[in-house]
Amino acid sequence: MPIDILMPALSPTMEQGKLAKWLKAEGDAIKAGDIIAEIETDKATMEVEAVDEGVLAKILVADGTENVAVNTPIAVIAADGEDISAAASGGGKAQTAPQAAESAPPAAVGEAPRAAPAPKAESAAAAPPQPKAYDASSEFPAGAEIVSMTVREALRDAMAEEMRRDADVFVMGEEVAEYQGAYKVTQGLLQEFGARRVIDTPITEHGFAGVGVGAALTGLKPIVEFMTFNFAMQAIDQIINSAAKTLYMSGGQMGCPIVFRGPNGAAARVAAQHSHDYAAWYSNVPGLKVVMPYSASDAKGLLKSAIRDPNPVIFLENEILYGRSFDVPKGDDFTIPIGKAKVVRPGSDVTIVSFGIGMTYALGAAEALAKEGIEAEVIDLRTIRPMDIETVVASVQKTNRCVAVEEGFPQSGVTAEIGMRIMEAAFDWLDAPVARVTGKDVPMPYAANLEKLALPNIGEVVAAAKAVCYR
Amino acid sequence: MAIAARKTKAGTPAKAAGKAPRTAAKGAAKGAAKAIPNVPTFTREEELHAYREMLLIRRFEEKAGQMYGMGLIGGFCHLYIGQEAVVVGMQMASKDGDQVITGYRDHGHMLACGMESRGVMAELTGRRGGYSHGKGGSMHMFSREKNFYGGHGIVGAQVSLGAGLGFANWYRQDGRVALAYFGDGAANQGQVYESFNMAQLWKLPVVFVIENNRYAMGTSVNRASAQTDFSKRGVSFGIPGEQVDGMDVRAVREAASRAIEHARTGKGPYILEMQTYRYRGHSMSDPAKYRSKDEVQRMREEHDPIEQVRARLTREHKLGEDELKAIDAKVREIVNDAAEFATHDPEPDPSELYTDILLEPAQA
Repeated sequence: MPIDILMPALSPTMEQGKLAKWLKAEGDAIKAGDIIAEIETDKATMEVEAVDEGVLAKILVADGTENVAVNTPIAVIAADGEDISAAASGGGKAQTAPQAAESAPPAAVGEAPRAAPAPKAESAAAAPPQPKAYDASSEFPAGAEIVSMTVREALRDAMAEEMRRDADVFVMGEEVAEYQGAYKVTQGLLQEFGARRVIDTPITEHGFAGVGVGAALTGLKPIVEFMTFNFAMQAIDQIINSAAKTLYMSGGQMGCPIVFRGPNGAAARVAAQHSHDYAAWYSNVPGLKVVMPYSASDAKGLLKSAIRDPNPVIFLENEILYGRSFDVPKGDDFTIPIGKAKVVRPGSDVTIVSFGIGMTYALGAAEALAKEGIEAEVIDLRTIRPMDIETVVASVQKTNRCVAVEEGFPQSGVTAEIGMRIMEAAFDWLDAPVARVTGKDVPMPYAANLEKLALPNIGEVVAAAKAVCYR
Repeated sequence: MAIAARKTKAGTPAKAAGKAPRTAAKGAAKGAAKAIPNVPTFTREEELHAYREMLLIRRFEEKAGQMYGMGLIGGFCHLYIGQEAVVVGMQMASKDGDQVITGYRDHGHMLACGMESRGVMAELTGRRGGYSHGKGGSMHMFSREKNFYGGHGIVGAQVSLGAGLGFANWYRQDGRVALAYFGDGAANQGQVYESFNMAQLWKLPVVFVIENNRYAMGTSVNRASAQTDFSKRGVSFGIPGEQVDGMDVRAVREAASRAIEHARTGKGPYILEMQTYRYRGHSMSDPAKYRSKDEVQRMREEHDPIEQVRARLTREHKLGEDELKAIDAKVREIVNDAAEFATHDPEPDPSELYTDILLEPAQA
């Protein structure tokens, strides 16, 4: 069967080109790999290699022809033993052009990203299901002994318990072992689990993040500690391009069960390069989960869930919160589900939603507002991605007002996302535009007075809450 | 001037970098018929195996190039033509369970790891029968079964990941070795040296295979590298390294055996600089104007890894033309079947858009 040689494309966008030169003549024997012609576009010149073997029976498009459309037959090859003249006159086997299957991606409608394919027409017209607030009231196991514990101790206990439970879990990072943790979060782990499972790395964030991801691809469950998330900027390629995307790029074959954890955001007086809050950055990326706890019980329960989770989890802690104490239930089985917000304080007049250290402003403002007769419902988002917007919307449907609070920058921030999601899901329920209180749009200054100005404060949250209540 | 200088260096790849490889004899490629001391010999079976494996990669890549030209394959498509002896020789020295990871010029590695031609080609065409169900494409395929860990598009990222595979072997003490492949271009990325440091510090079982094909996209090694002897790139960490004639599959297998043995016995990482050459452009849309046609032609004629084996099979092992043709036909059949499958396999179902983003946690 004679074979047509088709005009090739140099690039996915090329539609036509010039057949610059034939390097073989009719009657020449052709081997796979032989360069038979040169083609040109306005951008480049390239050689056409033969893939099939035989004899060049006929040249269909002459040297110097311009505007030859891609996939036009340019020559005919007769296979070994075939009649060359017949091949030349008869033309080649029609090589099928690509068949682009007629398929459109499902329309992106409202909640699509989580709810998979587009809703059917009839269901789209029906009323959306009533959002249901997550009930966190039974998260503490019934009858469990409650102890007071710092966030730091809670994180350490979470890691220790999970390392006892699963030999595939290990911790690596700078100063996590012999130094006992730069912020003493990994205190005692080396002594209990030894140097194979508690690994001091060199100062080499990009490298050890990649090593952690590589180990996770084989099924190990690394906890990679960054001394602060500011330094994870060196490693962000491995976090985003390798950890977050591999499952999808592998068609579901290769999961990456890894936790990246460490302090994030402003501490005190450490200036711009040590004060950045990255919640919004990581929350932008499909394939990651992003957790940012406030209390010690959430820190413990969520870190245990993160370690057990088969996906990459960004676990954002806060240096200022490490030393704060909270009630925590005793027991190895205590976990908090990722992706569920918590109504921390019930109220009827305005919803204040925040996460991480932002909760200190939210709770402080609620107290102050109560003295003025405004009852705020305070929601701790706890997980930034996937975001439990249902719990927020259920609250907004009750209060009809919302203030979102974060320490991060305003543009494209987590609070910007919260505002947008409320508008998508509960626009008709709002009696006032959603307000936000954020860190100021400046690199963090060092001077004490300027730093204070750059961060949110309780007064700003109170003012925003009053504004949306028109008071 | 630069071109002339390059041309003079286009002789044996081993010489090009100024140092002969430790084991591969100079001119081994050219004098396939002559028995040269220090070049390891292959049995007839080994030669046949190498021939089949390399030919499959060559024909597969030629077909991929053709299908790209027809518009069946989109995006980037980096062909491995010319470099076949590297991955085939390495695989001949590795054991089941050893892991492989590489960059984006990855089709050859996948085939050498035993992944199916159909699944690879269907991934190139973005079809549901592809290894990643059409979601990864040319640069992103994986096989847990065959211990192939990708297929990575960020230059150099696979080196840290590969050290991580070695770390996992060290952690589990399971006797496996990770083979991390990267190019002369990636060798200038910072994380490569971060990985070298940790790998040697912790004595991780990993072999770093630098496929020096002389051009990082369009930039020749001399224009990009202060130290062009890549086998020395681990010197400051105390990692042993050697330059290998990467066009001679026997030399590759020999060096690979040494390197893998070193890693497997707890002595830590090892660097192999494979001196090789890619015949095609960096990707399909690269007209390769940065090198002369003579240079390419000379490599093809004098150092082709497949022709070397073919010549030995004919002359030393008395394989007849018919037998060689039968192998060629068999390989062509596999490749044509893969192309046929990849052309007609349906695209992924639209519902696949939202799958494989996160795994469901196991219920506690």
